[in-house]
Amino acid sequence: MDKSKRNQRYEDYVSSVTPKTGTLHSLFNAFWIGGLTCALAQGVGDIYYALFPHLGKDLIVNYTSMTIIAIAILFTGFGFFDVIARKGGAGSFLPITGFANAMASASMEFKTEGLIMGTSVKMFSVVGPVVVNGVVWSAVAGIIHWLIAGGA
Amino acid sequence: MNPILSEILTYLIVFAVGGGLCAIAQLLIIKTKLTPARILVIFLILGVVLEAVGVYKPINEFCQAGISVPIVGFGAALTRGAIEYAKQIGPLGALGGGLIRTSLGIGTAMIMSYLVTLIFSPRSK
Repeated sequence: MDKSKRNQRYEDYVSSVTPKTGTLHSLFNAFWIGGLTCALAQGVGDIYYALFPHLGKDLIVNYTSMTIIAIAILFTGFGFFDVIARKGGAGSFLPITGFANAMASASMEFKTEGLIMGTSVKMFSVVGPVVVNGVVWSAVAGIIHWLIAGGA
Repeated sequence: MNPILSEILTYLIVFAVGGGLCAIAQLLIIKTKLTPARILVIFLILGVVLEAVGVYKPINEFCQAGISVPIVGFGAALTRGAIEYAKQIGPLGALGGGLIRTSLGIGTAMIMSYLVTLIFSPRSK
C-alpha cells in the first residue's frame, strides 16, 4: 500500500519534471520518421530488384531487411541513431531498424561488463520479448493452421 | 497507369501506412501507460494474427514496405515460416519455421551488434 503511494508520488514528480512536448508534434514526428524509414527500405528493395531481378522476391526481401538492419546498427555505433530515436519516438522503434538499434545499443552499453556476461547477456534485454513472443505465437498459429488445413 | 506515377503512388502509400502505424504506436505511448516493449509485442502479435488468418499477404501487396518494415512484418514473417514449415514436415515444423524464415535478419542483427560493440566504445548518453 505504502509502496504504491510512494510510486504514485514518484510518478507525479517524474511527470512534473518531464518536458511536455505537444501530443500533435510528437505524433507528427513519429509519422514522418516512421514513414521515411519504410520508404527508404522500399527504395533499397526496389534497387535490389532492378539490379538482381533473378534473385526472386523472398531473397530480395531478406537482403533488404539485412541491409537496413546493418545500416541501423552502424548508425547506433556512430551515435546517429540516438538523435533519430529522441525525435522519432515510436517512429524510430516500431520499424525493424529500431529492433536492430535496441540490440546494438544494449550490447554496446554493457561492453564494460565483459563480452560474455555483459554484451552477450544483455543483447536481448530489450528485444527478447519480441523474439520470444514472436516464436511462441507464430508456432501456435502454425500448429492451429496445420490442424485446420493439414499438410495441404 | 503511367509507370512513374504508379511508382510515386506506391512510395506515398508506403510512407503513409508506415508512418500511420508509427503514429498509432506513439499515440498508445502518450495516452496509455504501455511501455515500448509492450507496444512492440502488441504490433508483433497483430502481424501474427493477420498472417494466420490470411489477410497479411493482400495487405502487404498493397502497402509493401509500409507494413513489412514495422514490427508487424516481423510477426507475419515468423508466422508465414511456421505455417510453411509445418506444411512441409508436419506440426513440429511450426516450432522452428518462424526462426528459419527470419534467421537471416536476426543473425545479421546479432552479428552486426557484436561487431559494432567490438569496434566502438560505449558512450555516455
